[in-house]
Amino acid sequence: MPPIELSVAEEVALQSGRPEPVRYRAPSAWRARLPKLVTVLGLLTLWELVSGFGVVSSLFLPAPQQVLTKLVEIATTGFMDATLWQHTEASLLRVSLAVLAALLTAVPLGVLIGLNRTVSSAVDPLIEFYRPVPPLAYLPLIVIWFGIGEVSKVLLIYLAIFAPLVLATGSGVRRVEQSRVLAARSLGACRWQLVRHVILPSALPDILTGLRIALGVGWSTLVAAELIAAQRGLGFMVQSASQFLVTDVVIAGILVIAVIALVLELSIRYLERRYAGWAH
Amino acid sequence: MARLSVDNVSVHYPTPRGVVHALDKVSLEIASGDVVVALGASGCGKSTLLGLMAGFQRPDAGRVTLDGATITGPGADRGVVFQDDALMPWLSAADNVAFGLTLQKVGRSERRERAEALMRQVGLAGFEDHRIGELSGGMRQRLGLARALANRPDFLLMDEPLGALDALTRERIQSLILDIWRGTGTGIFLITHSIEEALFLATELVILSPRPGRIVRRLQPGFARRYAAGESARSIKADPDFVRAREDILNAHFAYDEEIEHAAH
Repeated sequence: MPPIELSVAEEVALQSGRPEPVRYRAPSAWRARLPKLVTVLGLLTLWELVSGFGVVSSLFLPAPQQVLTKLVEIATTGFMDATLWQHTEASLLRVSLAVLAALLTAVPLGVLIGLNRTVSSAVDPLIEFYRPVPPLAYLPLIVIWFGIGEVSKVLLIYLAIFAPLVLATGSGVRRVEQSRVLAARSLGACRWQLVRHVILPSALPDILTGLRIALGVGWSTLVAAELIAAQRGLGFMVQSASQFLVTDVVIAGILVIAVIALVLELSIRYLERRYAGWAH
Repeated sequence: MARLSVDNVSVHYPTPRGVVHALDKVSLEIASGDVVVALGASGCGKSTLLGLMAGFQRPDAGRVTLDGATITGPGADRGVVFQDDALMPWLSAADNVAFGLTLQKVGRSERRERAEALMRQVGLAGFEDHRIGELSGGMRQRLGLARALANRPDFLLMDEPLGALDALTRERIQSLILDIWRGTGTGIFLITHSIEEALFLATELVILSPRPGRIVRRLQPGFARRYAAGESARSIKADPDFVRAREDILNAHFAYDEEIEHAAH
C-alpha cells in the first residue's frame, strides 16, 4: 500500500496538532460567467476565421467587421428608404400598441376569469381553440378580414400576446390566498377595493411572468406580422434584404432583433424584482 | 357597551359521506370587556363559529347578532386576526397596519401617525418600513393584531392566533393580548387548542366537543383579571389553582382520546 501523500499544510497541521481550517470559497461571479464568455468569444472567432479564410463565400457569410460596417451604414444612410432607427421604431411601435391593448383587455378579463367560474368556462374554449394555433396559420384570415394595413400587423401580435396574458392573470387571481381576501373584507373592503388592493397586487407576480412570456411570443410574431406588405420594420428589413441576398443586412437585422428581445426580457425581470420581489 | 350574540346556531355541511354538523345549537354571548375563549380539538367547529361572528358565513339555523341586529357580512366593527397572518407581503409593515385606514381613504400622514402609534402599542416600534418577509412569525402576529386594532373595532375575533408560534413567543403575545384588552376594553373572542392559553386569557371559557360541535362546558376562570390587576403571567401559571384547573380540564375533556394531540399538530 503506497504511503498517503500529505500536502505541506497538512503536514504542518499534523505536526502542530492543529487541523488546517477548511475555508469555504464562494464561487465568484467571474467563475460562473467564464464559460459563457468563452462560448461567445469562440463563436465570434470561428465566424471571423471561416469568413476570413474564405471557407464560405462572403455572399453567404460576411465577416464580422463587414456586418458592423453595414450596421453603421444602415443606421446612418438607411436601407430600403428608412434608417435602422426608423425600422426599429416602426417595429417597437407595433409591439407596444399590441402590448398596451393586451394589457388593457387581457388583465381585466383574466381577473374576471379568476373570480368567476361562469366567465371562466365561457371564455375557456375560445382561448384554448386559438392559443395553440401558430400566428402564421391564421395570418391569411386576418389579411382577408382586415387587409394589409397596420391594423392587421398589430392585431396579429396582439392575438399572440393576449392568450398567455389572460391565462397567467387568471391563474394568478385564482391563487390569491383566501385568508387575505377575508382579512381585507373584515377591514371593510368593498368589491372594487378587494380587486384593487388585494387581488391585483397578489396576482402581479403571475401577471408579470405572463407578460414576459407574452412579450417573447409577441416579438417573435413581429417578423411574421411584417411579412404582410410592410414598408418599414425590422422584420421587413431582414425579409427584403434576404430577397436581394444582402446577407450582411440580414445578419445585422437579426442581431438588432436579438438585442431588443434581450432588453425587453431584462426590463420585465427588473420589474419583477422591483414590484414582485415579495413573491420569491 | 357592545354585545355580540350567537343564538341557538347550527351549521352543517353536506359531504359525500353524509351531513357534517359543524355546529349544533350553539349559544354564546360576548360583551365589551369580555374575553371569551373557545377551546376544542380540531373539527369541533371553532373556526366556523368565528366565521359566523365575522360575517364570513351565515348559519343554517339560529341567529348571530351585533347589538340586536343580524350580522349579514364582515364589517370594520369586528377586527379579525388569522392563524396564518394574512398580511399583504407587497406592503411595508406600517402600510399593513394602516390597511383598513387606506380603505377608508384616511390621509397619508394620519395613516402613518396612527400606524406608528399602533406598532408601538404591540412592541414593533422601529419596524415600520420593514418588509413582511423580513419579520418573524411572532412579529407578524403582532402586526396582524395592530392591523385589526387600527379600525378601533368593538370586537377582536382571533382564530388560533398563536397556533404556529414557539412557546416563548406565545407567552409574550398572550400577555400582549391581555395588555390590549386591559387598555381598550375591547370584547375578545379567541380560539385555541391550548388548555393553558385558554385558562390564562379567558374571562369566559367554553369547551366544544367535535361532531356535532356543541358547547359541553362553560367556566369563568379569573386568571385574566388577576393579570390585569398586576400579577405576573409566570406566577399565575405556576399557581396551584391554575395547575389544578388545567389538569381538571385535561382529564375531563381530552384525556379519553388523542384528539388534542391531533389538534396540536
